[in-house]
Amino acid sequence: MDDETILLAHGSGSRLSHDLIEKNFLPSLTNPLLARLDDSAVFDLSGRLAFTTDSYVVSPIFFPGGDIGKLAVCGTVNDLSMSGAAPLYLSLSFIIEEGLTLGELKKVVASVKAAAEEAGVKVVTGDTKVVNRGSADKLFINTAGIGVIPPDVDISGANAKAGDKIILSGTIGDHGIAVMSQREGLKFSVPVQSDCAPLNKLVSDMLQASRHIHCLRDPTRGGLATTLNEFARQSGIGIRIEEDKIPIHDGVRGACELLGFDPLYVANEGKLVAVVPPDDAQKILTKMKRNKYGADSAVIGEVTADHKGRVILKTRLGASRILDMLSGELLPRIC
Amino acid sequence: MKFIDEFRDVELAEKVIARIKLLSTRSARLMEFCGGHTVSIMRSGLRQLLPPGVEMLSGPGCPVCVTSNADIDKAIALAGLPDVIITTFGDMMKVPGSYSSLQQARANEADIRIVYSTLDALQIAKSNPTKSVIFIGIGFETTAPTIAASILQAENEGIKNYYVLCLSKLCPPIMKTLLDLGEIKLDGIICPGHVSVIIGSHPYEFIPRDYGVACVISGFEPLDILLSVEMLVKQIETDKPKVEIAYRRGVTPQGNKTALALMDQVFEVGSADWRGIGVVPASGLIISKKFERFDAEKAFSITTPPAKEPKGCICGDILRGVKIPLDCKLFRKACTPEHPVGPCMVSSEGSCAAYNQYEAE
Repeated sequence: MDDETILLAHGSGSRLSHDLIEKNFLPSLTNPLLARLDDSAVFDLSGRLAFTTDSYVVSPIFFPGGDIGKLAVCGTVNDLSMSGAAPLYLSLSFIIEEGLTLGELKKVVASVKAAAEEAGVKVVTGDTKVVNRGSADKLFINTAGIGVIPPDVDISGANAKAGDKIILSGTIGDHGIAVMSQREGLKFSVPVQSDCAPLNKLVSDMLQASRHIHCLRDPTRGGLATTLNEFARQSGIGIRIEEDKIPIHDGVRGACELLGFDPLYVANEGKLVAVVPPDDAQKILTKMKRNKYGADSAVIGEVTADHKGRVILKTRLGASRILDMLSGELLPRIC
Repeated sequence: MKFIDEFRDVELAEKVIARIKLLSTRSARLMEFCGGHTVSIMRSGLRQLLPPGVEMLSGPGCPVCVTSNADIDKAIALAGLPDVIITTFGDMMKVPGSYSSLQQARANEADIRIVYSTLDALQIAKSNPTKSVIFIGIGFETTAPTIAASILQAENEGIKNYYVLCLSKLCPPIMKTLLDLGEIKLDGIICPGHVSVIIGSHPYEFIPRDYGVACVISGFEPLDILLSVEMLVKQIETDKPKVEIAYRRGVTPQGNKTALALMDQVFEVGSADWRGIGVVPASGLIISKKFERFDAEKAFSITTPPAKEPKGCICGDILRGVKIPLDCKLFRKACTPEHPVGPCMVSSEGSCAAYNQYEAE
């Protein structure tokens, strides 16, 4: 029954635990590596590997445009993709607060399955724990992911060079505002969906256009402004961007006006920022625009040799100001 | 986006800037009184676009910033009382008082909750009948009516555990104080927008009449502010100072009569303690005798050690327009948004926070 709730006993290693896994996880996620149900997934891999981990604690766990399951898969796939790796395998660890309904869990697992299928990755190992009410908030998910980096690719936040172009893959702020709109005490209606999406195919399209991409990052917490500042500091260069080149949905702008947020600091879960050599910018941009997750891509600025370590924003009115990192907290628990 | 883009239209802005440049033949020293204006000016980079003769100074119009250390100490002392829930706007949490902050008090297990309006505070009082719920009532004429309304609602509904630490302040009297101090020579004032929605334009009439200083009430979008600068420059160039309203979509000469009546019903004008300026007679609101049982200062007995200012902090000078944040030795070094020394670095409307966020060295 879907309104059945998950009890501490579901995590006790008993028959109930086995039932939970066999009925709810395995049918959706099964693949030969997972189906063995041994203590570890065993596989062969060769080449340069990328390995990453992340935990997901978003509240609420369901939000417009996604849920914690989709977020967990996409977030980890994207972290691998941002080093140029083709993601292959994920681990998935669920920490469940007793009282979560089976229906909610099934919905999350279905989202995991859909996102993993879209990204072409396999969940090869996992774990489930159930904790006392109050010891977690409904559901936390921890993931790890592994992928292979093509031999001639070298992507790092430290690789930006003066003259490089900065490409943004689409509108900013959608995820943060979509989650915010659902929070207790602040419920308001905005026509905004989270942009949560796996970006590995977009990255592979970009690498087809050019192997010389210098930096890639998905601007999650802290938003676009924070990602650009990280590039500026890591690479020891300056960045100049133009406010009117940055695509923002009206719904996000409206919500930000009301709440006093700056969309440049609001989180994204399906966008990337790329720093690329000027000569390759156009062919990379053309490829990106053909991918559904890059249709609104735009060159938003460039890397400069002056004002090292700082990001300067040219405002709509034509003046310049610094664009600093996010200080303090903006939105709690959005991922 | 409707009603936003129109007020940020680049072509219109360029036209107004060109008109200001054409008008401007002498120096014009303008103060934007309100912190909301400061943020909008910094965020759009508007100062860089004005002709060199037009100088913009930031004023004391940030309610968190002008709250004195002595008053913050009182709030913290109240938070330490047993069975008390403090309710406050979020910006107040991090403001350092003489010895501590509300944030530190909360970490030491005081029950302090962030609210978005006085109605949230009233709701908390209703849900916690065995506790005393105190709202930290900072703000100018904009928030005073909402505090008055909450006290009247508590009275009507018989809510006996709701109190207000009333720190409301008034804008026109402090403008008069700044002009009387004479530390800065002003030619014009960009008068606050939201305050004027409540009080109208009449209360500023003494400024051009007695001090010869031009006044324009402005909205908060870049074009609103540019239009106000143009009107001020025109007044200054023609030597005809007066009070004008550029923010006509929000402000009438008479103000909001309902809001003013609420304030009259609940408050009396009294002295207020302003950071950087001191106690100024008739520059604040106190809860009138009829409603004094809601007055947290009367209902609870607290004592606080003498207030002291942090060493090296020049927030007071910045609030009076005598100095700018870049003049402060602590700015971006000992004083950052993560570790604020003075209140101007805490509030999103504070000058130091705005300079830190938007201004290069």
